[in-house]
Amino acid sequence: MNNSMFKRFCIGLLAWVIAFVIFFPIFWMVLTGFKTETAAIADPSLIFSPTLDSYIEVQQRADYFKFAWNSVVISFGSTILALLIAIPAAYSMAFLPTRRTKGTLLWMLSTKMLPPVGVLVPIYLLFRDTGLLDTKLGLVIVYTLMNLPIVVWMLYTFFKDLPRDILEAGRMDGASTLQEVVYLLLPLTLPGIASTGLLSVILSWNEAFWSLNLTSSQAAPLTAYIASFSSPEGLFWAKLSAASTMAIAPILVFGWLTQKQMVRGLTFGAVK
Amino acid sequence: MNKPRTAGRTVGGLRPLALQGPAVTLLFLWMIVPLAMTIWFSLQRYNLLMPGMTGFAGLENYQYLFTDPALWTAMLNTLLLVGWVLVITVVGGTLLAVLFQQEFFGRGIARVLVISPFFVMPTVSALVWKNLMMHPANGVLAWVASLFGAEPVDWFSSLPMTSIVIIVAWQWLPFALLILLTAMQSLDEDQVEAARMDGAGPLSVFFFITLPHLKRAISVVIMIEMIFLLTVFAEIFVTTSGGPGLATTNLAYLIYIRALLDFDVGMASAGGVVAIVLANIVAIFLVRMVAKNLED
Amino acid sequence: MKLSYALPLAGMIAFSSIAADAETITVATVNNNDMVIMQRLSDAFEKSHPDINLQWVVLEENVLRQRLTTDIATQGGQFDVMTIGTYEAPIWAERGWLTPLDNLPADYQQGDLLKPVIDGLSYKGKPYALPFYAESSMMYYRKDLFKKAGIKMTRQPTWNEVRDWASKINDPENKVAGICLRGKPGWGENMAFASTLVNTYGGRWFNMDWKPEIDSKAWHDAITFYVNLLNDYGPKGASSNGFNENLALFSRGNCGMWVDATSAAGKLYNPDESEVADKLGFAPAPVAVTPKGSHWLWSWALAIPASSKSKDAAKEFITWATSRQYITLVGEKEGWTSVPPGTRESTYTNQKYQQAAPFADFVLNAIRNADPTDSTLKPSPYTGVQFAGIPEFQSIGTQVGQMIAAALTGEMSVDQALSNAQRATERTMERAGYYK
Repeated sequence: MNNSMFKRFCIGLLAWVIAFVIFFPIFWMVLTGFKTETAAIADPSLIFSPTLDSYIEVQQRADYFKFAWNSVVISFGSTILALLIAIPAAYSMAFLPTRRTKGTLLWMLSTKMLPPVGVLVPIYLLFRDTGLLDTKLGLVIVYTLMNLPIVVWMLYTFFKDLPRDILEAGRMDGASTLQEVVYLLLPLTLPGIASTGLLSVILSWNEAFWSLNLTSSQAAPLTAYIASFSSPEGLFWAKLSAASTMAIAPILVFGWLTQKQMVRGLTFGAVK
Repeated sequence: MNKPRTAGRTVGGLRPLALQGPAVTLLFLWMIVPLAMTIWFSLQRYNLLMPGMTGFAGLENYQYLFTDPALWTAMLNTLLLVGWVLVITVVGGTLLAVLFQQEFFGRGIARVLVISPFFVMPTVSALVWKNLMMHPANGVLAWVASLFGAEPVDWFSSLPMTSIVIIVAWQWLPFALLILLTAMQSLDEDQVEAARMDGAGPLSVFFFITLPHLKRAISVVIMIEMIFLLTVFAEIFVTTSGGPGLATTNLAYLIYIRALLDFDVGMASAGGVVAIVLANIVAIFLVRMVAKNLED
Repeated sequence: MKLSYALPLAGMIAFSSIAADAETITVATVNNNDMVIMQRLSDAFEKSHPDINLQWVVLEENVLRQRLTTDIATQGGQFDVMTIGTYEAPIWAERGWLTPLDNLPADYQQGDLLKPVIDGLSYKGKPYALPFYAESSMMYYRKDLFKKAGIKMTRQPTWNEVRDWASKINDPENKVAGICLRGKPGWGENMAFASTLVNTYGGRWFNMDWKPEIDSKAWHDAITFYVNLLNDYGPKGASSNGFNENLALFSRGNCGMWVDATSAAGKLYNPDESEVADKLGFAPAPVAVTPKGSHWLWSWALAIPASSKSKDAAKEFITWATSRQYITLVGEKEGWTSVPPGTRESTYTNQKYQQAAPFADFVLNAIRNADPTDSTLKPSPYTGVQFAGIPEFQSIGTQVGQMIAAALTGEMSVDQALSNAQRATERTMERAGYYK
């Protein structure tokens, strides 16, 4: 008994040490944001008098809330759009598979492997001619398309594992299409849809190539905000940390709050 | 196994075509429009900085690309980066999944801490590693080294690829952990108990029960990570700019140099076409293998 | 080559720009301190021009450059004011991408602008960008360390002397490197410095037939010297230090000497930002074989792209931001060491500036003596001291910069690095059609 307690303690200790090491860069960044610039580059120390100076200065230079709002609109907008397009597709692929289904899925995934830099100029010209440059709508469209393959695939694997018999039974009982969707499908698939959506939000929030290149002032999200604080002149560690903390805080908290939900559906069909 | 259904079946009166239509059409456009433009441009002399110099170039762009000594280095670097990060995240993720599956004090919070890096945008994580962790003078790692009286490592100049691998692996390890941990939860405890009864040690339980159980999940991790790792860009752009020399130039970064420093759209497009071909080769070999794993 | 697409997408999207009473102009600029001050003080502009609204896009240099080039080359029309440099201005002007800035108002006092600076921003005699701040390069050193080591600074130091001094004041125990120099790869980073070093060693980028000369003896001597100097007496991680990193190092007292932009002087001399303000010495950039091209000429300038829809408002803004009045405004609000240097004669005749900035004459001389049209010992077909004014240079400089960084970290030998660089440059030039 004692032996097992000790073992448990060791396991807990090891897990906590690893957790701390992995989390440390984020912790240190948050901490540095509250230091003065001179303290930020002095030898690392946990003891310092915290200050909000960096945050104030950062906010004076660029309005955080405007960028953050753009990030929210773009990542949630594209996620909703992607789900609306992907749910019917994944549903039909899962329940009415044809010979081409697997091929289509694989092809969709392979579209993700094209490095975006290679097509920047064509897309830029396209956006210029359609007036989509520096609009939230433009980024919503790009992100929707960018995440669609993953979203379709995740939903497909989730739908495929659903107990089919229930649906069949419901249909026998004469449930209408609407009833079938609302009473049977929705409750069953909600975890999968939710976690797919969460992943799509995270991927859109963190995307830094299209968001930098297709926006200027109106639609620029937080990734562009960071680009105005990376490697400026003089001492910048504290300001950079403050800006970084603000840029990742919403999505980090969002991730923490929803991680249980995410785990439930984030199986990509990996769990039987 | 499901019996293949006939195409005449419907869901709520809608045929598969109508349901899949929007997604497939949009993706098709998204793929085909840039692809067609890329192929078209790859056969043109088209440099944004030289408006006068246009016209059909034939395979000239490809010829230049394939005789570029940087191309092979970049391909090798791409494979190295993908390979190492996959090894680290899959092996590390599996071990951590086993560890974080155990009961211990504050497990929920510890798990949340461990998965956090996955939510951090790549630009920020590269900046934090570069300026706060790996900086040779003010970085935490340099300070730790000095505590032990060791010479601080100048990460990005002496171990450039290792540094990039560390940063990228730090971001993707939590993802692997997340998936593997989920898969772990469906592990049949009775089976493990039975094996223990038969005198199996923790190692043989891991190798003969846990690992086979995680096979599908590991395949999924490899596949998803592969998609993202082939196009790693922000981490390199922020830290080493592909250097020193070509030490950390991967294919995505090389195309960036051609596309946005030379503004040679023709050459960049040729690079894009090569990347697509490469991605599809990978897709055929790997994704099929993985996908097969998933089907049974 | 105009591309138009009949995509269903276009029809679906009803895009309308925000209509407002005031005209909105988008200003794209780099996140350097002087520009941050400009953004802060721009309230004054908006107050005096109630019909103009300013939108700021502030990005780090590399991102900004890429963003602006993409936009201007595709006539994207996303920006009304662009922050560009001496390198871009004539090249972009030649392509008709910029709005010529003739007919400037009389009270702008165009004649007050320093000649080499405005000449560098002109094409065929017409200015296409107005200088916001300008710089040459010079040497900074620590008077206290020199005194302690018994070294006397000469009127015109040579690179051999510099090496000798670096060996004397190098003190890694106390975190003082003998000398700091740029090592971070990039045509505007390590190559800006390395080009001046090559120039003064008697080398050049191209001969008169546009053949690169990177594997020549002059290059070899210069780069070997540079690599040895930094490896022996440089700070740790020199290959990732650019201007900003070295500025931080020097201002914290980690460098004995530093050869870099004159625009750093104001920052190093400001006790709020620098711990070495009272120990700071200045000297001209060191020379070796020839004084030609030993110090560079650069300016950050504001230009109006031809694709802008609000050219008049944009012109109002750039003439304000580069005016005498603006310089006075910065002097009064931020202190005279912080005024954007190197653009106007009047800055240097200003009593207050001279008192606050004892380095003023030094900088003025360095800028006046820099001659982008004659910067190499043997004649060269290009203009530019620390760059060759051709569109291909951006990528050539970046590639060569990577090779030199690799030589610095020991990843390659100097021979290997230079011969790789030579081959890569030949390829680029051949592809660009220089050899027929």
